Amino acid sequence: MIAAVATIAGLATVFGLILGYSAIRFRVEGDPIADQIDALLPQTQCGQCSFAGCRPYAEAIASGEAEINRCPPGGETTMIALAELLGRDPVPLDDEAAAEKPKSVAYIVEAECIGCTLCIQACPVDAIMGAAKQMHTVIIDECTGCELCVPPCPVECIHMHPLEATPQTWKWPFPTRTRTEAANG
Amino acid sequence: MAEQRTIGTFHGGLHLDDHKAESCQKPIRELPLPDRLMLPLHQHIGRNAEPVVRLNEMVRKGQMVARASDYVSASIHAPTSGRVIEIGDLPIPHPSGLSDTCIVIEPDGEDSWADLPLPVSDFRAETPADLRERIRSAGIVGLGGAAFPTAVKVNTGGESLIEILIINAAECEPYITCDDVLMRERAHDIVDGITIVRHIIGARECLIGIEDNKPEAADAMRKAIEERGDDKTTLVVVPTLYPSGGEKQLIKLLTGREVPSHGLPADIGVLCQNVATTAAVADAILRGIPLIERVVTVTGQGVREPGNFRVVFGTPIKFLIAQAGGYSEHPHELLLGGPMMGFALQSDEVPVTKATNCLLAVSEQEAPKPEPERPCIRCGECAKVCPANLLPQQMFWYARAHDFDKIQEYHLFDCIECGCCAYVCPSHIPLVHYYRYAKTEIWTLERERRKSDIARRRHDARQARLQRLEHERKARLRKKKEALDKKPGGNADASKKAAIQAAMKRVAAKKAAQQAETQTSGGE
Amino acid sequence: MQFVTNCSPHVIGPQSVTRVMGLVLLALLPGTIAMVWYFGWGVLVNIVIASLTAVTAEAAVLRLRRRPVQKTLVDLSAVVTASLLALALPPLLPWWQTVLGTAFAIVIAKQLFGGIGFNPFNPAMAGYVLLLVSFPVTMTRWLPPEVISGDTLTLAESLHIIFSGTPPLGQDWDAISSATPLDQMRTELSQNRMISEIRQNPLWGDFGGRGWEWIGNWFLLGGLFLIWQRVIGWRSPVSMLGAMLLVAGLFWAMDPETHPFPAFHLFSGGAILGAFFIATDPVSASTTLRGQLVYGALIGVLVFVIRTWGGYPDAVAFAVLLLNMAAPTIDYYTQPRVFGQRRNDNA
Repeated sequence: MIAAVATIAGLATVFGLILGYSAIRFRVEGDPIADQIDALLPQTQCGQCSFAGCRPYAEAIASGEAEINRCPPGGETTMIALAELLGRDPVPLDDEAAAEKPKSVAYIVEAECIGCTLCIQACPVDAIMGAAKQMHTVIIDECTGCELCVPPCPVECIHMHPLEATPQTWKWPFPTRTRTEAANG
Repeated sequence: MAEQRTIGTFHGGLHLDDHKAESCQKPIRELPLPDRLMLPLHQHIGRNAEPVVRLNEMVRKGQMVARASDYVSASIHAPTSGRVIEIGDLPIPHPSGLSDTCIVIEPDGEDSWADLPLPVSDFRAETPADLRERIRSAGIVGLGGAAFPTAVKVNTGGESLIEILIINAAECEPYITCDDVLMRERAHDIVDGITIVRHIIGARECLIGIEDNKPEAADAMRKAIEERGDDKTTLVVVPTLYPSGGEKQLIKLLTGREVPSHGLPADIGVLCQNVATTAAVADAILRGIPLIERVVTVTGQGVREPGNFRVVFGTPIKFLIAQAGGYSEHPHELLLGGPMMGFALQSDEVPVTKATNCLLAVSEQEAPKPEPERPCIRCGECAKVCPANLLPQQMFWYARAHDFDKIQEYHLFDCIECGCCAYVCPSHIPLVHYYRYAKTEIWTLERERRKSDIARRRHDARQARLQRLEHERKARLRKKKEALDKKPGGNADASKKAAIQAAMKRVAAKKAAQQAETQTSGGE
Repeated sequence: MQFVTNCSPHVIGPQSVTRVMGLVLLALLPGTIAMVWYFGWGVLVNIVIASLTAVTAEAAVLRLRRRPVQKTLVDLSAVVTASLLALALPPLLPWWQTVLGTAFAIVIAKQLFGGIGFNPFNPAMAGYVLLLVSFPVTMTRWLPPEVISGDTLTLAESLHIIFSGTPPLGQDWDAISSATPLDQMRTELSQNRMISEIRQNPLWGDFGGRGWEWIGNWFLLGGLFLIWQRVIGWRSPVSMLGAMLLVAGLFWAMDPETHPFPAFHLFSGGAILGAFFIATDPVSASTTLRGQLVYGALIGVLVFVIRTWGGYPDAVAFAVLLLNMAAPTIDYYTQPRVFGQRRNDNA
């Protein structure tokens, strides 16, 4: 009996030492899982997940504080990708309505802009060009559709326009049971 | 000129009823000019062309109206003289039915030519670079249907990397006969074009692949090759099997080599061109004529007088069909291309472009309404006929599951969308539709990933900038505070204090005076 | 003018699932007639019972799953499953066992997995194995073929036995029933008799049991018809029978007195029916071309192994079910070389 206890204790010590040594020797800087999660998020930096951007949300998921279903711009695709990455079960999206919104970009009605720079300060990806008392304009290619610029505008001259499909960006729809319905739908 | 037999074979393929006789009995017909020509700026693979004309400008036949905006792009020329009446979004021939920017020309009926570049008298004296530039400025693109800019295709980097030039005269898809009749009528121009292209790319020989259901065209080509004394060009008759005219399949048939999976024919020393493209090259180099027209087959039970027509680009399809006798009864579908790979047009109010090789108005008898899709029974018939030797049943499984990673493991992007698999499927599954869906989804996801990477970088840069500004502000404040503390002592303080006291007294006095005033006025 | 739009290709060939299944039923006809000739009406009664059960069971499950009933049933796959199962069953099996087996095959082995195209196991074989394992006595109670017994039971007598479970008045089971040749061979071999001795029994014909061997020929005819009509491929049947003959031949060559002549295996039990109709079931078999060769060959080997050293006289059902499990792996490792890929770039 003494021998058994001693053996187990000995094994535990040996393995403990190996683990401890590995934790120090093979330490990785930063938080690789948070980086991987961040790589899957759409980077709209909109804050709809209630975190201050995509990176804080990624870190929250990594530390287990947040669920994986809180990103409306990412939609179903991102949630499934996160579920696969983390080995968790998929969870239905939090905000169903927001999830189905088409991609849109901001548009500033130039006739009404007063040059207050409030929207420039709000944009998380610096997609609005302009300066104090100068015209403000949204760079469409850089706009992620996060809508953070819409509330600060004092004259409400920013509107969201849905992005239209062009022949170059058009996608074939998923085939449904009767093809004629799908094609003509 | 010796005739060769085919060297290689490819897996699968289908024997289809070729329906060629309907449209190739008569010679190519000419057309009158319609009252409007709508020229989309995107008639080729690559970036849209940029307009170089303005609204209401008068243009002449062959004048460049839009120039190539990028290396992989092509220019567009006015097919006749007239006035530019519109530059705007109009419906274009595309499976989506969407619109794109078009230049609309109203013909003036004169059909007067612009000043064309001088014909090249001896192309052998020209450098390949100069000849390529002429092809580029003539707006020539591949006329087999894919419309890849020819000047880019024949730019093989200066060295003789290309050993064999292959001319695709197979025209394997049923119903289409435009290349067939072109060979019968313009075989000499085609052979001239072949010689020019061979000179540009430095190939040592040329093989022309033609299916054995075109004996008259084959004879015409043989005669032309002999009469031009071209001993480096050989006609190879391949057995009629769909899709022998697929670029990769034809190269395998004629040379036994396989184009590598994510590579180009140039990687194995081969270059492939369509017969109509070579005729256009001959026109451009030897006659200075830019690409403004092509032969289009109009056929199917849905039109009264099927045949081939010489059509200028921009001709509305409605007009063209009317010239072919009009619709015989309301056709079930109007296809651009053939029955296997063509796409259905939603409306006939779109123009003929450089990629329009055939208009097929099918009746319901020829192209029956598709049956509802049944579950896949894994019979493997699709894999038996796939010319790319893929496993369509596996790709279908993952496309249905929206699993875009797994489907790429089964080499989705090697699929040439020929339709053989869907043709034989007993469950009537629209397999090609699934693969197209998967491909466009994957491209969209990649585009979005690239965009979100950029957005992340911009966001990080912005965060860094804000932090930097914050640090600078703090540093400034710190310096100021230090400077203040360093100043020699009490005098500054005392004088400051005195100034503050004086100011406070002034404010108090003002307030008292105001109060007195209001009391007196209030009392009245 | 506006037009309807579909995706290419806009023409399709004449194949359909209904046509495929219909041709399979047609190909089963010669063998079925032979079975009725040799064993009487029981076979036909079983087919009718099984088909009715199959169609009813499938309709019921489809309704529960809220799928279109008529459109799915018209593909005839339930009838094919029922027929194959019924042909494998002894002619006098009690009706409720036939119903049980067929219902299990359709509901559990096929519909529970998602219906046609989704079942990993061959439903007919799953039903057969359920019955064999649960009811060993009734499942091994066969009739002697007509050439031996001289006559067969009448329709009325067959119906009586099937629906009441008891032999007709005045007879008992031993008098009317008989073991299959495979069963006999097994029993005799286990008693250490030599092959040459065993074969002197008048029950044996040229290859297998008298009468039994001819049924195989009729099914072979049906199978060749299916290959000619391109309904099934040649790879599975040829590799299965070839591998079986090879392995059997090897052992026969080593010791002709303890192992029967290879052709015996070919013409006994469900070998030919299995080769052309069961191993070629597209849904549960391997789907790649090279994979079908491996799949068929392994079934052939397993059939021989189980028949010789296993616990049951006939082994086709077990061999098929085992290889159904292996089919996805076989598919994964036998992917064809894609056009333009180098040889080692796959899987």
